[in-house]
Amino acid sequence: MPDRFHVHTAVTPGRFQRVGKYGSVDWREDCSRCANCVKHRCEYEAYKKEGVHNRDPLAPVQPLNECKACLSCVQGCTKGLLAISINPEFLAMGDEYWTPDLIATTWNQSDTGKIPVSGAGYRGRFYGFGFDSIWTDMSEIVRPTRDGIHGREYISTSVDVGPKPLRLRFTADGGLATRPANLIELQFPAILDVPPWPMNDASLALARSKAAVALKTLAVARPDCLAKAPSERFPNLVPLFSSQQEAERWDSVLSQVRMVELTDSPDVLVLAKLLTDAHLALIVCVRMEIRGGTADRVSMLAKSGIKVFHLAADLHGCERSVERPRHLKDTLREIHGRLVRDGVRDEVTLIAGGGIGAAEHMAKAIICGVDLVAVDTPLLVALGCRVCRGARTDGNACLPGESCPAEIADARVSYAAQRMTNLMGAWHSQLIEVLGAMGIREVRRLRGEVGRAIFMEDIEREAFGDLTRK
Amino acid sequence: MTLPASDIGLQGAAVRPGQAQQAPALGPTTFPQTPVERIIQPAPERYRNAIGKYRVNRSAACVGCGTCAKLCPQGVHVKPDGYTFTLRPLDHKCVGADCIGKDYFCVDRCPKKALTLSRNPTADTLGDPRWTSDLILSTWHMAETGHAPVGRGLEYRHGASGGGFDRLGIAIPEKPPAKIDLSRIDTGLNLNRRGDNRPQVHIDIPVYGGGMSFGSVSIHTILGKARAATAWNTFTCTGEGGYPDRLKPYDGHVITQVATGLFGVREDTIQRVRIIEFKYAQGAKPGLGGHLLGDKNTPPVARMREAIAGNALFSPFPFHSVYSVEDHKKHVDWMKEVNSRALVSVKVSTPTDVDMVAVGSYYAGAHIIHLDGSYGGTGAAPDIAKKNIAMPIEYAIPKVHKFLAAEGIRDKVTLIASGGIRTAYDVLKAVALGADGCVIGTAEMVALGCVRCACCESGRGCPRGIASTDDELMMLMTLDWATQRLINLQNAWREQVVDVLSRLGLESIQALRGRTEFLYYMAKGEVAK
Repeated sequence: MPDRFHVHTAVTPGRFQRVGKYGSVDWREDCSRCANCVKHRCEYEAYKKEGVHNRDPLAPVQPLNECKACLSCVQGCTKGLLAISINPEFLAMGDEYWTPDLIATTWNQSDTGKIPVSGAGYRGRFYGFGFDSIWTDMSEIVRPTRDGIHGREYISTSVDVGPKPLRLRFTADGGLATRPANLIELQFPAILDVPPWPMNDASLALARSKAAVALKTLAVARPDCLAKAPSERFPNLVPLFSSQQEAERWDSVLSQVRMVELTDSPDVLVLAKLLTDAHLALIVCVRMEIRGGTADRVSMLAKSGIKVFHLAADLHGCERSVERPRHLKDTLREIHGRLVRDGVRDEVTLIAGGGIGAAEHMAKAIICGVDLVAVDTPLLVALGCRVCRGARTDGNACLPGESCPAEIADARVSYAAQRMTNLMGAWHSQLIEVLGAMGIREVRRLRGEVGRAIFMEDIEREAFGDLTRK
Repeated sequence: MTLPASDIGLQGAAVRPGQAQQAPALGPTTFPQTPVERIIQPAPERYRNAIGKYRVNRSAACVGCGTCAKLCPQGVHVKPDGYTFTLRPLDHKCVGADCIGKDYFCVDRCPKKALTLSRNPTADTLGDPRWTSDLILSTWHMAETGHAPVGRGLEYRHGASGGGFDRLGIAIPEKPPAKIDLSRIDTGLNLNRRGDNRPQVHIDIPVYGGGMSFGSVSIHTILGKARAATAWNTFTCTGEGGYPDRLKPYDGHVITQVATGLFGVREDTIQRVRIIEFKYAQGAKPGLGGHLLGDKNTPPVARMREAIAGNALFSPFPFHSVYSVEDHKKHVDWMKEVNSRALVSVKVSTPTDVDMVAVGSYYAGAHIIHLDGSYGGTGAAPDIAKKNIAMPIEYAIPKVHKFLAAEGIRDKVTLIASGGIRTAYDVLKAVALGADGCVIGTAEMVALGCVRCACCESGRGCPRGIASTDDELMMLMTLDWATQRLINLQNAWREQVVDVLSRLGLESIQALRGRTEFLYYMAKGEVAK
């Protein structure tokens, strides 16, 4: 059994101005100043904490906006002067995919590294777009379940990245003809990816590399961000090259890293061969945007020797440049199924990125057929990003000179790395919850397990197919 | 083993030597020991300021003429004798837009134009797509008055989740197929269909209360549920936190839950009830077991659970003695041996093979199969589990119903659905999909004043005193008030069930079971009625 993997989280309050969901409205002109003021009796001391912040500008911003909308004050005020409303600034965050609640829960997980736990039942839509139309299975009686979650048994979240020969070949004299498997074992089925829109990534790349070491995974970075990285982090770094010239320019790096990503291009096979010939232990991953025909392209490249693919969807997990873009839920199943039919699926590692916004997305993407995911936007949200670019139509770029309310590019490396580690630690714990509920002991066995998932389209047909439609 | 009648709460019932070893004959029981009257009477909001959908503002221009108080049929405006000015509007009674244009519309009729009407922003902070603001406010209305808020501008029949029950409609004909005497409509259920000579257990309404442990909710909440269940001749359930002594007067309407933690489970608590519930899983956290955070494990809770106060308590999912249907049967046999008169209910979640689980439970000897869907309530659960693990109950009911029917055992077992049953209409839809009856939980909490702020799990628990064992917070609610609110809610639901059944031309709730021809499925984006 491998060493037990554990993510070391540490409470790291955000340094950005937090946007709370609820705000109280106080019509003070009619206040009777009674001795029974409900503000003093707030169960969460929300009014008291805000008062402290008003008096002390150096007070931490975390306790602000802690109103839970229990309405005890609204209903208890002697004169009925209080009202609660939803903060319009909160509602303005993100977009229909990166919802305000998703952003807020990402902040909370980045603060503490703990999984979100709450009372009452589920509060959202019955089902939704993409991953929100999948439910994962559970088992009534199969271990490891709770024992795995609490460590009495071990649920492995490790995955292998790299070419996986399915059989050994031997020479006529009995020697081994197959190259030994060259795999990178990650303890967590997610790599930390570059930001999904252009922005100053210098310090963020350093933070990702630091977090990747802590998480025993990989961090993708553009080569110009590698210069300042300590050499001991290079095994956890994956430089992203978009051309042969760029790869040649950074050739010195290639002997220190274990994997590179090459942007897909017509000559990607040639470049891949050049790199692997020069660096025998180097794993080459082809990064390609998911668009129409991606399954064909992956199939062709896989047969031609590329064994690791990073499939990048757009910010919402959708195909690019097609009239009716499909979500990862559908495209990943298509690509995975194609490789299964080709008989090469087990030789290949698939990484899915773009639109992975929550721990459940990681589990569901793996169910849909990938080995692991690439996390991009949530790492920015962990640092205070409100995904305000997501709502824009002008290229999704954080433009130079534009103010970022979270000042992400200026975040200290250690602070940013710990917030990223906390977030991924919380995701790791949630992945174990999902695996435990299913009675699955290792995440490798979750890959492509569509039989252990409930797809909305299928179950709707089964349950309601015989009902009259109106 | 022969049990004294007093030990199983059957004072006066004849228990012959050796009878407990075999299935006893049907016979009258003396349950309940302490009756609770089924009286419908007002149980007003317990907070000073009730919340309504609308807000009526009275400006300083008011001269206290009292015109509004004379006009308003809803009682929003009150001017007591001898008062110079009218009281602050009781705007939670306002029906808002439904009043506009009427000759008693206060805003138009005020001679000084001192009144304005707007939506209450606080009401808009309430709720979510599953439990909309309207649903919460209308449940409060039902708990207060005992009747549905018909004509009050509140959508009380469904939520706005965009799927499941919220897209299923009941096809009510414009003209009832037959005139039915409402008093003859039977909303009751017999829960023992096995024909195994265990006592028949009848409930008067097709609903009973779900398990909520002492620790997750206050003793007033537990007792209120038990007393309301007694009044309606139905059941409540202990949850897995033990059996408080104060529940004993209502033994006949209490289900002892045996869950994986076995907290507070003793032979005594199994023997005193008519139904024992094996909880394998809970819909809100399927496959994960229960979790009581340390803050809520107060000394009384710890005593009841035989644990150490302040420590978080986990239920070790699954039953570590059950890894097969055969193991499960041993458990059921064990319960039946300990209490020879009780029915056994098996509560499971809704995995992909829920139909197989249900059949297995039947062959293991269960009288009741209780499916708890994934959108059900909880005192504490990981958010990822509440949203993503296992299927919603709307899918599980027809899946299990059809499978049991194909197996030829549908009429030998009672199928109970829970996990997202919010309204009387949800009950009707669940029954039409194939369930016999339903278990509710969150609806009862809302009736007691829950706003679904989701803060039940930590600190001192529910700030409104419902899901809290904190000495101070639990006193925010009296037992009599809680009882009356729940009795009222059940009455309002029963009235709606009777109304719909009569319009469908059915004389009993059992006649609706599996009648999917009475349902229709709305196109995406539409809202079912």
